Amino acid sequence: MEKAEEKRHTIVPFGPQHPVLPEPLHFDFVLEDEKVVDVIPSIGYIHRGLEILVQKREFTEYVYVAERICGICSFIHGMGYCEAIEEIMKISVPERAKYLRLIWSELSRVHSHLLWLGLAADAFGFENLFMQAWRARELVLDIIEETTGGRVIFGACKIGGVRKDITDESLKTMVTVIDGMYKDVRTICDVFLNDSSVKERLCGIGILSREDAYSLGAVGPMLRASGVSYDTRKLGYGAFGDIDFDIVTETAGDCYARCAVRVHEIFQSFHIIKQAISKIPGGPISVKVTGAPNGEAMVRYEQPRGEVIYYVKANGTKFLTRFRARTPTFANIPAMIQALKGCDFADVANIVLTIDPCISCTER
Amino acid sequence: MAYFTMAKDTLANLFRKPATRMYPSVVREIFPATRGHIAMDITTCIFCGICQKKCPTGAIKVDRANKTWEIERLACIACASCSDACPKQSLSMENTYTGPVTILEKPKTREEVSGA
Repeated sequence: MEKAEEKRHTIVPFGPQHPVLPEPLHFDFVLEDEKVVDVIPSIGYIHRGLEILVQKREFTEYVYVAERICGICSFIHGMGYCEAIEEIMKISVPERAKYLRLIWSELSRVHSHLLWLGLAADAFGFENLFMQAWRARELVLDIIEETTGGRVIFGACKIGGVRKDITDESLKTMVTVIDGMYKDVRTICDVFLNDSSVKERLCGIGILSREDAYSLGAVGPMLRASGVSYDTRKLGYGAFGDIDFDIVTETAGDCYARCAVRVHEIFQSFHIIKQAISKIPGGPISVKVTGAPNGEAMVRYEQPRGEVIYYVKANGTKFLTRFRARTPTFANIPAMIQALKGCDFADVANIVLTIDPCISCTER
Repeated sequence: MAYFTMAKDTLANLFRKPATRMYPSVVREIFPATRGHIAMDITTCIFCGICQKKCPTGAIKVDRANKTWEIERLACIACASCSDACPKQSLSMENTYTGPVTILEKPKTREEVSGA
């Protein structure tokens, strides 16, 4: 009898090359008919050893490496590394630099969420919506390129401040562009939230309960969609202490809730950027950094995909001893596996995508 | 539940210009701040070697004795840390990308530039 039951299990490999994910992530799905009963993930296809590279690059040069951990959340990786070093060296960054960092990090959140909405539309087969989401994203990328010089690798952060200032005219144009985007993005987002065929693919799929989300250590939109009100930005790092915003939460914990959290976060980021632009003080944008760091620091930030942790250890020379980034996708994998158990095999692509997996970040 | 919400967009799409450009006849405007490639004005260079030290990828090679300056374009990540550090502003970050190369050319020395 037991043997007959075992026979019904089928193992289906998923990835590392798969149409829904441009990045290499491998799963073995244990299926019972069309139901997923277990998932065995394996990562490590694109490990680049950035954590040992830190011993061979000067700490000032490593900003460029940290920024290139990932092509989407690049700015916050660079900023997190810089702020960890600043904490070790007890450097106080000028107020204007803090605000500029906040503006750029929120812009990167908007472009990351719009990218995700496009990918999600592509995963559930809504090609037109995918193009519309990416068309809207292009406007944000244009603002970023105009102010920093790079579309995805901003190169704007350095230890002690930022490398580029945004002129008052550029800030005004930014507000105009964002105001214009409200309506455009609203139209696109309404399709995600109200369209019946989209709801069919997302509602009630891949449910992650509040308890599971918390105990499995989920972060970011994955955690907030399950009803846990937790956002690292509320710790008030950088200029976030002066910004007034509410944490976006949903309670259903399914794919639809995760999509809704990201949709609402886009508008929240617009709101934060506009607040920051109205409050931005004048003054210098960087301070001179002398000497080398000695000590260790751990900092936490809110990436578009969730909470990220940077740990830096320095020994008083120009070369650091240790650098570690615990990225949000890495923290979300156990929760994703929990959400995958019991789902239909056809919904796997959707559920995997709703954690917004970033494998480059995860494997560093 | 609203009906015919798409009708307005459908009608507008019949008369709207396409969202894409007809490249190459219409080229996207390049922003002045875009980091494209590093340009070198060899006539003002003092071959101090600061750019070589500042380059995070080691793409720049400066030979003080022979007064030559070389850059490996494929290793350059266009971070602009060399042009920021250049004491004579010989290095600058241009906003266009380098064109395709078909013939391998050695960068000109200062004598060749001033002699020409």
